[in-house]
Amino acid sequence: MATLNIVNKSPFEKHTLSQCLSRAAPGGAILLIEDAVCAVIKGGAYAEQLVTGQQKVYVLEPDLAARGFADAALPDSINRVDYNGFVDLVTQYDLVHSWF
Amino acid sequence: MDDENDIGVVKRFLYVNRRAPHGSIYALESLETVLIGAAFDQDVSVLFVDDGVFQLKKDQQPDALGMKNFSKTFRALEMYDVEKIYVEDESLSERGLSVDDLLIDVESLPRNKIGALMDAQDVVLSF
Amino acid sequence: MKIAVVVNEGPYQHQAADSAWHFVSAALARGHEINRVFFYHDGVNNGSRLTTPPQDDRHIQQRWSELARQHNLDLVLCVAACQRRGLVDADEKKRHGKDADNIADGFRISGLGQLIEASVEADRVVSFGD
Repeated sequence: MATLNIVNKSPFEKHTLSQCLSRAAPGGAILLIEDAVCAVIKGGAYAEQLVTGQQKVYVLEPDLAARGFADAALPDSINRVDYNGFVDLVTQYDLVHSWF
Repeated sequence: MDDENDIGVVKRFLYVNRRAPHGSIYALESLETVLIGAAFDQDVSVLFVDDGVFQLKKDQQPDALGMKNFSKTFRALEMYDVEKIYVEDESLSERGLSVDDLLIDVESLPRNKIGALMDAQDVVLSF
Repeated sequence: MKIAVVVNEGPYQHQAADSAWHFVSAALARGHEINRVFFYHDGVNNGSRLTTPPQDDRHIQQRWSELARQHNLDLVLCVAACQRRGLVDADEKKRHGKDADNIADGFRISGLGQLIEASVEADRVVSFGD
């Protein structure tokens, strides 16, 4: 079983991302949506922590674009997905866990 | 169990409670879901992590605020055959609490076992 | 694949209702079945037909109603959450002696059991909230 964890909070405001990362089992994925997308910006305080984790990391492209980061540089191992990609992730993983 | 709720499939449901009670309604409405869900004969586990552990604190007195003291209802979970109730050790210790501060018996798990518990489910509902 | 969706926040205050709608739209477009969208907590406010956003903004309630009409979606508002927050359909209006109802087209009010049932029947459950 592998879990898709969805996080929607900015790590600069809430601890949700680190709370998720400290429990999520290896082999799963983290999808960052809504305000959580700011975590992936290269050079930011959280991007490195994300790519060294044991989960694949995805970020929702339209939420990045909405916040002015459509063309932002991201660490190489972080993958952008659109809503179709979001749907595909939901089907590829066995279980979806949204962390609020 | 009545036939109305017999849908013939048993799934592993995990309810994850990560928020403190009273400051918002999530804890109360989560408990309502667990109680309704119990009637469906599913394989139910309930997990309290982060501020969710405060939901189980003994001696809550929200009555003076005119708010419902639903913490007493956690004692009824056993009667609903909800017996797998987990609390994360670190969430308790970080908040200066131990299992002795809780109003029901729980199974405590270290943080590094929580991921496996989550991965073992069919459905995770987090409130 | 069969996917159940849970919406735990109302419109406009948080992005959750928007994210849920975009997700449901994309899932339907990709040929998946959405067996139910269950609105809980403040999420029930998505179903108020009295919502009147400014004309240059998206109309979140109408978007849900339209999607329900096009795809025969089952949009369920939790009855206990509705009662607390003043969401009333014709039956609830009668039962509680209210002078109005306010449920939008395509939504219906029902119990929490609908959330459990949808979760049991679906292959995946995806929650949106805050």
